[in-house]
Amino acid sequence: MNLKAIVAQGLRKVFGGVVAVDNVSFAVEEKEIFGFLGPNGAGKTTTINILTTLTRPSAGRAEVGGYDVVESPDRVREIIGLAPQELTVDDELTGLENIMLQAALYHVPREEARRRAREILELFELERFANKKVETYSGGMKKRLELGCTLIHDPKILFLDEPTLGLDVQTRAAIWSYIKRLVEERDVTVFMTTHYMDEADSLCDRIAIIDRGMIRAIDSPYNLKSALNGDIIELEISGPDGFSAQSLKALPGVVDIVPRKDLLVVKALRGEETLPTIVSELVKQGVGVRRVEMKRPTLDEVFLELTGKKLRDIEESREDAMRRRMTIRRMRS
Amino acid sequence: MISVRISEIVAITSREIKKWYRSPILLFMAIVQPFLWMSLYGKAFNLTGLFRIPSDILEQLPPETTSKFAAIANEILAKFFGASDIDFFSYIAVGMMGVVLLFTSMFSGMSVAWDRRLGFLNRLLIAPIDRSSIILGKVASSVIRGVAQSLLVMLIGLALGMKLRVAGPVEFAIALLAMTLLGASLSALIISVTIRLKSWESHIAMSNLLNLPLMFTSSALYPITLMPEWLRAVAIVNPLTHGIELMRQTLILGATYTSAEVLWHLSLLSGFALASSVLGIYLSDSALRKT
Repeated sequence: MNLKAIVAQGLRKVFGGVVAVDNVSFAVEEKEIFGFLGPNGAGKTTTINILTTLTRPSAGRAEVGGYDVVESPDRVREIIGLAPQELTVDDELTGLENIMLQAALYHVPREEARRRAREILELFELERFANKKVETYSGGMKKRLELGCTLIHDPKILFLDEPTLGLDVQTRAAIWSYIKRLVEERDVTVFMTTHYMDEADSLCDRIAIIDRGMIRAIDSPYNLKSALNGDIIELEISGPDGFSAQSLKALPGVVDIVPRKDLLVVKALRGEETLPTIVSELVKQGVGVRRVEMKRPTLDEVFLELTGKKLRDIEESREDAMRRRMTIRRMRS
Repeated sequence: MISVRISEIVAITSREIKKWYRSPILLFMAIVQPFLWMSLYGKAFNLTGLFRIPSDILEQLPPETTSKFAAIANEILAKFFGASDIDFFSYIAVGMMGVVLLFTSMFSGMSVAWDRRLGFLNRLLIAPIDRSSIILGKVASSVIRGVAQSLLVMLIGLALGMKLRVAGPVEFAIALLAMTLLGASLSALIISVTIRLKSWESHIAMSNLLNLPLMFTSSALYPITLMPEWLRAVAIVNPLTHGIELMRQTLILGATYTSAEVLWHLSLLSGFALASSVLGIYLSDSALRKT
């Protein structure tokens, strides 16, 4: 039987009358990179806090690695690692001391811990700075150390809360490649939150889009984008005017056709598969194709479609939104 | 099981200790205040000096009056300060050793707030360690810092003229035990009181609120026998009183200490340390967790 790494069923969390997470259900497969995508205050961190045993859910239940987070939190703690949003490595200790402290907190025997610490420092390219105080590290180095610390007990499931928040492009790319390596080399399941669309798109196997505590969609980035309204294919055509729009529309995957003078705009699902059939159909009809362009909707568009950013101010007064954000922030701090 | 708990406590404690000895400013600040108290207040306000008769007056008086007066003065001194030949500076130097333990303990509550703010507390909370290890680690590190600083104050005191009279190694060991138990009582107490405060600003306010009353309702600066009845009742439930009295018995009274007093203070102090640690652990279980 395929054991799920994380199962959440109807999770709900209320902070003093404010619903932070509402009826959240999902399942994460083993060795999957699962992304939680949502605007600030959507309930991403609250969900992570519930799954990592920091917060008890008001209702619903969650299993991590087969253990219930409320009933056996210690079992869950042993198999998970969490890299929170903020940097929690100790500035006054050295990089190595931070890792060794983490090892002691997870009961890793000293010799074993030393060996793994060396491995981790090497993986994150921090060996040269192992004995330097963390206060001398750059933000990116601290983040790498933070990630490294969470690996000392060889966790099966890794929780990353906004792993690249506030980092420059190079560091973000480096962090992404570390995460990918972890999944490939160490068989880790990754549950991460982010509000960067490109990050979710390039890193995650599947994404849950969460807004105002509720999940709006769960699927692969590819499917989410495809499901939106399909790809846009533009074809510059030449030749006899009379082509059969009907026969093009009948092709599988084609959603809509807008013919202009020399330009044919086709909206199609799975554009990369539909495109060749459109071209061959046109060629069969004796229409020449001079240039083809295909545009994919980005996750940004999917996100805006699902969370309806622009409508928010109308639906909810400014004060309400402010108060809600303030309360949630206070509760978290 | 026990060894696992101990390794957890050692890990948390050693982090705090490393942070402490690497920032000499912290050590310096904790010493400055008792040093000023000791050198200014202790030297200027010479309580026992009131009972010493200047020699030019002594010479003018008939010998029998002199000896009678001296006997009365010695009786008063012995009643209030434990021994007739005690000097107030030594008396207050030991008091300051207790006060520095109090000041150090105040930091233990603050460090919980700092860890919460920096997110380090979350890191401890998601680790598979016992909740009590977090509190006991904080208490243990506070005790180590407190005892070290207290001994440092003793050295400063010796340099300024404190007369150390220890009957033997056992008595000195009891003095060290007194410092340990006092540090544990106070830091566990402060953690219990402040554990729910989220910001370190409110911790500073709380520390200021607790600091002076705890010092003035103890025997740090003057004997409790000089206090009015109601204040003496407060002083007796203040662990600072028993810690300091135990240190006075063993550090400055030499062989003239009374075993009954030592036992009385020691047992009360142990009770305080145990009770406040249990309270801290009990409160921490719910207070550390996020709602």
